[in-house]
Amino acid sequence: MNFEFSDDQKLIQDQARQFLTEHSPLTVTRQVMDGGSAYDSHLWKSIVDLGWTATAIDEQYGGLGLGSLELCVIAQELGRSLTPIPFFSTIYLAAAVIQQHGNEQQKQSLLPGIAAGETIVCMASSEVAGQHLLQARQTQFKNGQLSGKKIAVLDGVEADYAIVSATDANKNHSLYLVNLHQAGVQRALSPSIDSSRPLASIEFNQAAAEPLGADDAASVILTQAFDRAAVFTSFEQLGGCEASMQMGIDYTKQRFAFGRSVASFQAIKHIFADMYVAVELARSNAYFAAWALSVNDEKLPLAAATARVSAIDAYYFCSKENIEVHGGMGFTWEFDCHLYYKRAQLLSSIIGSSRWWREQLVSRLLDE
Amino acid sequence: MDFNDTEEQALFRAKAKSWLAANAQAKRQGLMAGNQEGRYQQAVDWYHKRYDAGFSCLTWPKEYGGQGLSQMYQVIWNQEVSHYGEPDEYFVIGIGNCGPALMTFASEEQKQTLLPRMARADDIWCQLFSEPGAGSDVAGLSTKAEKTGNEWKINGQKIWTSGAQYSRYGVILTRTDPEVSKYRGLTMFMIDLKQAGVEVKPIKQIDGGSHFNEVFFNDAVIPDNYRLGEVNEGWGAALMVLMNERLANATAAPDGFEDFLNWAKASDIDGVAATQDPIVRDKLATWYAQHAGVEATTFRMITAVAKGGVPGAEGSLGKLVGASMNQDIANFVIQQLDAGGQLTADESTPLDGHFQSAVLMAAGIRLAGGTDEIMRNIIAEQVLGLPQEPRADKGVAYKDIPSGNTGA
Repeated sequence: MNFEFSDDQKLIQDQARQFLTEHSPLTVTRQVMDGGSAYDSHLWKSIVDLGWTATAIDEQYGGLGLGSLELCVIAQELGRSLTPIPFFSTIYLAAAVIQQHGNEQQKQSLLPGIAAGETIVCMASSEVAGQHLLQARQTQFKNGQLSGKKIAVLDGVEADYAIVSATDANKNHSLYLVNLHQAGVQRALSPSIDSSRPLASIEFNQAAAEPLGADDAASVILTQAFDRAAVFTSFEQLGGCEASMQMGIDYTKQRFAFGRSVASFQAIKHIFADMYVAVELARSNAYFAAWALSVNDEKLPLAAATARVSAIDAYYFCSKENIEVHGGMGFTWEFDCHLYYKRAQLLSSIIGSSRWWREQLVSRLLDE
Repeated sequence: MDFNDTEEQALFRAKAKSWLAANAQAKRQGLMAGNQEGRYQQAVDWYHKRYDAGFSCLTWPKEYGGQGLSQMYQVIWNQEVSHYGEPDEYFVIGIGNCGPALMTFASEEQKQTLLPRMARADDIWCQLFSEPGAGSDVAGLSTKAEKTGNEWKINGQKIWTSGAQYSRYGVILTRTDPEVSKYRGLTMFMIDLKQAGVEVKPIKQIDGGSHFNEVFFNDAVIPDNYRLGEVNEGWGAALMVLMNERLANATAAPDGFEDFLNWAKASDIDGVAATQDPIVRDKLATWYAQHAGVEATTFRMITAVAKGGVPGAEGSLGKLVGASMNQDIANFVIQQLDAGGQLTADESTPLDGHFQSAVLMAAGIRLAGGTDEIMRNIIAEQVLGLPQEPRADKGVAYKDIPSGNTGA
């Protein structure tokens, strides 16, 4: 047994961390948050140059053909630095779905553009709050055209294409590929908790669309896609956990009250100890899921759900307690605590929230 | 990353599997509720059998009764034996603490005589650290060791000593110099407990059992060649022992999840399968995620140790999470049973009263080997590097440290 990333993978992680520390400080995240743009296109270009967008795309489609483990360590660093780029939607979700389920023509027309950072693809599934992504079936496909409305679409404002779930006349629930630059598509920015990663609503009005993947396979494809994305997301969340915990430690160590460092009070130290426990459990579960994904082990579905549940809980805990240990300053816009807290919110929901994943975990555990 | 056994490991696993299938008893619920003497005898028998088959203290050198294998093999053994009902960890506190202490500090002759007998449970060992006035703050202990000629005279009292009533020997931490700071005046020994100056009194616990003891020393005698390490350097020696114990404990701490899952699969609540109850399902998710996380954390520790690292304070995590989970699981299951959940031996009581027993025992597990609060301090200070609290005993000679007990 060897339960650790390789030296090469750690090197990739170190380089990613160095690059992001220099080029993706939280001021960049704040610019997007303050409404400047949907993402930082300059940073996106640099990251493409580093090859991150090409990491897990096959070489024949312009990628580097590296494994998912390399993508995991990059995800952890993107999560740590709250980098505002459309990596999540395009790389974790869309690229994988196209690579695994797209036809040859779709792969050839989209994957090289994704690898080169020129094509942004979003996943559009949700239709109404309170309804799980797989249950959203109001959008209709008829005669090569799509009609309906999707909400809370990450990177939907800027994306070039969307992968959309919809139902046809035979009640088959399938995925469709839609070019968003057409008259039948209207999109709008939706106000949301974490405005550093904007969400969009997208209305399709007889928009031209083509099937992606097998007929009636939306649930199967999306379930697999979410399992896979859950692993990468748990690494982003892990990076965010570490950053918010470190932020709290650094602040309370140098802040004094009652004549002593705030970090020396047991009440504060025990909060950090509990953060550490939550982070280590999330880390271990994320590692296990990363391994299961990398070798496509039969334990992947349970491992992915476990990593996701653990990471959601850990990031919520670390980011909320980071505000708490900061005292009043933690509640100000000026301090960065809220950036992590808001990102924890976004990442907790974007591929199905805690409720759904806990249910997945249990049904997979019980083999139902 | 690779979770597969190497060829040699797979061979060992197969060997362990087939031996266990032929020699180990199936899981029998209600083991906890059984009579204490009976359980002790069962454990001794199991340790004999296991030793004779070559499955004891796998990581110890062969000449001392072990198998000279890496920690990975211990993990494989633990995984395989966990499918059976044998008390495989019964003497883990004595062996896990005293073994490494002897290994490091005893003479070659002592190691060759004593360690194999310890591994086979021919001699039971206990660890004599905690005292009535020195629990979480164990370096504040007061049991005195005074040297006369080639012998030491021991006077004082130890408490919370697991298995002392069965023990032939113990590893004891004593105060040899009260004039210096409390950490600098301690010395560690091994001691023969079968002597006139030693009296063992079992403590009756909240569950009615008596796993722990008080041990009184009245002019008990230790020859100087039983000393483990240098005079007044006992604290460093004790820390070394505790560090070695961490990995052993990390792999051994039960968190109760398997029992919870088994209960859920086998039970109905008001005529509906427990696994279909939304509240039970929510708990399954919470506790499975923690259970899997602790298990995978142990794999990470073992990987680190295999690469030459030292088991660090990270090992505190498993006990901190597992002990509370065990308690909460037991309480949760009892709350699913209505008034009948209070019964410990009714025919409708699940798993022969396991949860009713565990809800009591778990309260003690959260205290044993470092309380939850001490575990959090260790994580905060030793892992995260947070500053210590201001202390009243820093730079003060042991004899001048304020103690609420002085008049008692």
